Amino acid sequence: MSTTANTDTTGTKGLAPAATRAFSAREFAVRYGFIIVTILFYAFFYWTEPAFRLETTFFSMMKFTSVVAITGLGITTAMTVGGLDLSVGSTAGMSVTISAMTMVIYAQSAPLAVGAVLVGGLLIGAMNAFLIVVLKIPDLLATLAMMFSIQGLKLIPVDGQSVSSGLILRDGTVAPGKFTEGFLKLDRGFVGPVPYPAILMAILTIVMWFFLTHTKWGRVMYAIGSNPEAARLAGVKVGLYKAGAYMISGVMASISGLILSSRIGQGDISAGASLLLDGIAVALIGTSVLGANRPNALGTALGAVLMGILITGTTIRGYPFYLQDVVKGAVLLLALVFSFTLSRKKHRHQPAVPM
Amino acid sequence: MTSMFELRDITKSFGTNQVLRGVDLDFEPGRVTALLGANGAGKSTVIKVLSGVHEYGGTISLDGAPITVDSPGTARRLGIEAVHQKISDGVIPGLSVAANLLFDEIVTNETSRFASSRSLLPKAKEMASILDLGWTDAQFKGDVDDLLLADQQLLLLARALVRKPRLLILDEPTSALSKAEADRLFEVIEQLTEAGVGVFYVSHRLREIDRIADELVVLRDGQIRGRYEPPFEWSSALDDMLGQTRAETEERNDEMQGTSDVLALQGVQLLPKADPLHVTFRAGEVTGVFGLLGAGKTELASGMFGAAPFKVGAMTLNDSPYSPRSPSAAIKAEVFMVPEDRAAGTLVGDWSIARTSSLPFLSAVSSLGVLNAKSEHDVGEDVIKSFGVVANSAKDPVIALSGGNQQKVVVGRWLKEQPAVMILDEPFQGVDIGARHDLVVRVREVAKAGSAVILMSSDLEEIMQAADRVLVLVDGEIQHDTYLSQTSREEILDSLVTS
Repeated sequence: MSTTANTDTTGTKGLAPAATRAFSAREFAVRYGFIIVTILFYAFFYWTEPAFRLETTFFSMMKFTSVVAITGLGITTAMTVGGLDLSVGSTAGMSVTISAMTMVIYAQSAPLAVGAVLVGGLLIGAMNAFLIVVLKIPDLLATLAMMFSIQGLKLIPVDGQSVSSGLILRDGTVAPGKFTEGFLKLDRGFVGPVPYPAILMAILTIVMWFFLTHTKWGRVMYAIGSNPEAARLAGVKVGLYKAGAYMISGVMASISGLILSSRIGQGDISAGASLLLDGIAVALIGTSVLGANRPNALGTALGAVLMGILITGTTIRGYPFYLQDVVKGAVLLLALVFSFTLSRKKHRHQPAVPM
Repeated sequence: MTSMFELRDITKSFGTNQVLRGVDLDFEPGRVTALLGANGAGKSTVIKVLSGVHEYGGTISLDGAPITVDSPGTARRLGIEAVHQKISDGVIPGLSVAANLLFDEIVTNETSRFASSRSLLPKAKEMASILDLGWTDAQFKGDVDDLLLADQQLLLLARALVRKPRLLILDEPTSALSKAEADRLFEVIEQLTEAGVGVFYVSHRLREIDRIADELVVLRDGQIRGRYEPPFEWSSALDDMLGQTRAETEERNDEMQGTSDVLALQGVQLLPKADPLHVTFRAGEVTGVFGLLGAGKTELASGMFGAAPFKVGAMTLNDSPYSPRSPSAAIKAEVFMVPEDRAAGTLVGDWSIARTSSLPFLSAVSSLGVLNAKSEHDVGEDVIKSFGVVANSAKDPVIALSGGNQQKVVVGRWLKEQPAVMILDEPFQGVDIGARHDLVVRVREVAKAGSAVILMSSDLEEIMQAADRVLVLVDGEIQHDTYLSQTSREEILDSLVTS
């Protein structure tokens, strides 16, 4: 039982030099393959498309990347504790509606709208945590159910309509408020040439990277994702940390929703629809970056940047929109080949399995 | 004289690991042959060879003619039926009791797979009558999961018996049965032997073997070490099973007797049918809990550590009520445990020695939540130094170390400070002799410095090497509680058999 896996490991320490050299190409591919692919794509578009070389193109690319990256950071946190959060797209969509309602229907200030959205994200995270930790529903299934519920629930107070200024309310009056200038600046503001969302993405990436790798809480989350029983027997309150991870995921999704809402400038009911799949894709891509073989914040951000490069590049080259999905799928597959096929690491972070 | 089934020089290897090294066994009609062996002795491999699961070297003959048992189907045709220990390997949840009884027929299309449970019922009842099971119609039609574990075990037995086997293999058949149900099983076995069936009975329960077996065979390290006819000479048989004889055990004169009570258990029930248990663990001594597989050692350890809290009974720790609902609560009370299964219970991925060592006490290596890489590294290096772990540095992954060194890390990480209680569940599994010695020395130092150390083992030599006091656990009840200097190896082994 316990002993079989551990008895024959003494010999593996001193690999013969020849063997080390033979595997080094593979090792190199696993470690740097993804970064090289990113650079190659960037170089390709850079040399072939003059429009791609513009500074404004670069920054608008970063701006568009930010929403997916921040959602991906949330998913990364859920993946770190061995779960997966399928409700992030709906949560972002809900945030768009909440912010629009706060400002348009209730004529409140931008800070209050931001606060309401963040609290909303936190509550969704708490609800996910309740389903998973207390009711013991598998992560995938619980967040799937939440995904549908939020999608529908957010439409109830707005009667299924998108919320924009001038909206006619149920009692026949016109909605009193509008998207404030300050709120619209969230997406449209700049520091020098750098758009706010790009800055926010950078800050959140660094914060999450620091949190996951340099704090005891992040350390514990990785332990849970890799071997929950060992974590429990080392005194970790597994449920508490899982709950925390889903709450972070919810808040991250709501931040993406804020940027989306500011970008669209109205409470579009279909906002955030594609965000879930993109977010999962970049979080999965992130696990392969630098051969980490586990969810990590920097990898997720890099994955989002690569996605951004590909979308922007193919758009500039005039490829039809549906090719974008093909490209996304191919990149994700490549990342999975790096971490599952090529990697020699025996100990992979446990993915969420609905059993 | 030729036997019914005759096994000669059976060998079996998995890779370079030779599990069976030339086993001879004879099975006669109407005789119960019992097999005794410790974990890893090769018992289940013998069973799997006989039931056609494994390829093997050597010869098997039936009524004097050589045969080949090359698949489970062949084994079945030859009249070999096995009831395996793991009930979940046999019953199919979601099907009715009747369908489970007739499952083999359904698979071979002898019975329509669309048959309703009503049409299966008469046949199923007939099968159940062999064992006199007395189930109601509702039970036959109900889901097999609604049966008690014991009834599921009997269902599997009925399924094996319907094919009228010549040799019936029973692997730990009573582990889920109460005494009355076990008695019922023994009556069935008696009827079967009277009808000329050979029975191969594999069990850790010495009393059962004593009661029903006509021959006892002891297996250790893939070889037969002893054969006994009743009345069995138990101390000799157990020596064969456990491997060392008294002469090889080194004399000790370092016995410690603790004085202050630390952890007291009152009326704790370890196994579903066991009597309540009262025991006190004392500081300043190593208490060895000796018991064979299934005696309740792991239940005892995980109950005291809060990993699987006791459902019945109470505990006090240093005279205050102590009822940990989780390991984290136990750890706060300075009760630590090293679990039995090292890979599943302690190792996290490819974590380094430093990370593995610091995991239970992350607050000690962080300030305001931010980890300090240097103090974390130092924790790892401390463990390496104080336990003599063979590793290049604390950055080495634990998984790359030998079993003994892995164990030093997962024991050492708890012992930076003096615990109130240190529980070690089978700490020497997969641990080489040198590392075992080092661990024993360190663990005894911890006890001497004032901790209550509790060591669970199914290997008496380990207990005799490391412990001061010995508790013998049989079927969840304590049969013997004394200091090693006041008892003998024979007395301890006797307590396994006699109540």
